[in-house]
Amino acid sequence: MSSQPTSQTMQNTPENKAILCDPNPDEQWEVDEQSMQRYTAGQLQMVWWKFRKHRMAVWSGLIILVLYLMGMFCEFLAPYPLETRDVTYAYAPPQRIRFVAEDGFHLRPFVYPIKSMRDPVTLQRVYVEDRSRILPLRFFMQADPYHFWNLIPMNRHLVGVEEGGTFFLLGTDSLGRDLFSRILYGARISLTIGLIGVTMSFVLGLIIGAISGYYGGWIDNAIQRVIEIIRSFPAIPLWMALAAALPATWSPLQVYFGITIVLSFIGWTGLARQVRGKILSLREEDYATAAKLCGTSEWRIMTKHLLPAFMSHIVVSLSLAVPGMILGETALSFLGLGLRPPITSWGVLLKEAQNIQSVALHPWLLTPVVFVIIAVLSFNFVGDGLRDAADPYSR
Amino acid sequence: MLTVILRRVLWMIPTLFVISIISFTIIQLPPGDYLTSYLTALQETGEQPDEAELAALRERYAIDQPFYIQYCKWMGGMLRGDMGMSFEWNRPVNDLIGERLLLTMIISIATLLFTWAVAIPIGIFSAVKQYSWGDYLFTFVGFVGLATPNFLLALVFMYVGYRVLGVSAGGLFSPQFQNAPWSLARFMDLLAHLWIPVIVIGTAGTASLIRVMRGNLLDELRKQYVITAQAKGLVYWKLLLKYPVRVAMNPLVSTVGWVLPNIVSGAVITAVVLGLPTTGPLLLRALMNQDMYLAGSMVMMLAVLTVIGTLISDLLLMWLDPRIRYGKGES
Repeated sequence: MSSQPTSQTMQNTPENKAILCDPNPDEQWEVDEQSMQRYTAGQLQMVWWKFRKHRMAVWSGLIILVLYLMGMFCEFLAPYPLETRDVTYAYAPPQRIRFVAEDGFHLRPFVYPIKSMRDPVTLQRVYVEDRSRILPLRFFMQADPYHFWNLIPMNRHLVGVEEGGTFFLLGTDSLGRDLFSRILYGARISLTIGLIGVTMSFVLGLIIGAISGYYGGWIDNAIQRVIEIIRSFPAIPLWMALAAALPATWSPLQVYFGITIVLSFIGWTGLARQVRGKILSLREEDYATAAKLCGTSEWRIMTKHLLPAFMSHIVVSLSLAVPGMILGETALSFLGLGLRPPITSWGVLLKEAQNIQSVALHPWLLTPVVFVIIAVLSFNFVGDGLRDAADPYSR
Repeated sequence: MLTVILRRVLWMIPTLFVISIISFTIIQLPPGDYLTSYLTALQETGEQPDEAELAALRERYAIDQPFYIQYCKWMGGMLRGDMGMSFEWNRPVNDLIGERLLLTMIISIATLLFTWAVAIPIGIFSAVKQYSWGDYLFTFVGFVGLATPNFLLALVFMYVGYRVLGVSAGGLFSPQFQNAPWSLARFMDLLAHLWIPVIVIGTAGTASLIRVMRGNLLDELRKQYVITAQAKGLVYWKLLLKYPVRVAMNPLVSTVGWVLPNIVSGAVITAVVLGLPTTGPLLLRALMNQDMYLAGSMVMMLAVLTVIGTLISDLLLMWLDPRIRYGKGES
């Protein structure tokens, strides 16, 4: 056979194959280098590569980051402190940021001052722009003092206008409070309540699910029944019932944590079920049996072999649980069962937009909803991307 | 099969018992009871409370008695079909819920039909034409639908209805039919108002159902039997509808039982915003005013209906998908 120098026989030897497939050996090496990198990449590296391919997820991740930064630095970013009110400017419409005035283009953005008047026919209060003068926006200006993170006294704001003028980017509410500032402060509450709630459900779900899946028997049975019972209540009515039970005498901080506990009361059950199911199936895997045969302790098998195997799934379900909690808080506060002023969350802000009259007359009161939707949407996309990335070996 | 059903039904008894305890605990959680708030309300208006009436109320609801006796009284009434009196409305709970239950039921079922009618075709389309522009569009719309709180949609619809169509979108009836007896005209009026709540409540459900349908169908389409059937020359649409779609429908069936509890809770928030005469707002008011017996009975009803609904779903699933087996030693 080997005496016949045909192309077919040459193909069978690996040395010749490369030459045949690719006439340029240098390029061949380059490809190999790349695949080498791919074969030696760690799990996290591969997850990141896969995640990066999901464009929407990456952008959503950035948006979430921006939202959290907004919540973190809200005192500095907001033009006004949370409770600054001026009833003479109640229900003022949003002021537009402009560059072009009557006298031409200004490099510095500005707003027109607004004046309130009574409509002679309807007797409603209306606001008119005073176009005779302009209020240039001042950046990093010193204005109302505040305590950054309730600790450091400061008085610098990112943007504002000089004393006497007003800068309501998104309008004001019934008490003349700047809606944009309040949305920024609300971001802090609305976004953290989801995180804390998820963390709580996570700890509970992980512990209880692991116990249930690992010990099995009657313990498993009892835990599963309890989960079934809790899940047999529809979420919103159960949340409502629990939230209504929070004493009215509680301090705002207590209410905040009370609501988080209420929200995670249902959240942990789903997670516990997932953990249990995963442990039940993973325990039967060959590598778990092998580890057991090697004399590995139960604890080590759990933490070193089983936990990493289903961690990615847990992270995915966590990221998908956050938006549910944000929506839950918004809904409860909207109904007046959740957070109460002075705590300001997006749901509390939306309470002002509860009826058709206020929405028809002051549509800007609905802007917190835009933030809710953006936040929830972003979390959903990130969760979606993570779900695809959680198993980087699949194509 | 029969033993499975029997076992499941027997399991419901302890489950319901625990649920009733939880429901009762929840309604007892708020400090104070209705009688005290009733008294203060009376004193504010300057009326003298009728001692005999108070004593009768106390006796009836065992307000001074310990927790477990109150529970037993409540449960005893419940078993006899008497859910107690609503303090706030001063009417039997049965009457109050009854008149709203029918409307809630109509809305819930209409919503379910709407959700399915929209979600199943779109889900199939998205899966078959994966990564087409249509798929991306529906995926995006679906995500937005999921992220939008229903009550916001309600507000938007009301705004649009008010501004563009000039109709008052709130409520389920025009004013002249509000308290009229049932007639064909009243029914038509109901249909004319029904579509807004149905769309508003159905949006989130539709969005998630599209996702579920698409994901499941994609999983099924990758399986070998689909390739085999195609290789054997089966017409694609016939094959699609006959096998993979049928399997992918399973999660739909497993959620059909949730319609039952929905009938009572009936998208509470949307109902509040739209001013629907359903059971949702009633529950909210009862919870806010500590109208204990009304709230407790409704929470309890919710749970019972969920348990029954889950049972129905499971049985349907067993019937639809013979591969699913419940209980040990049966396969």
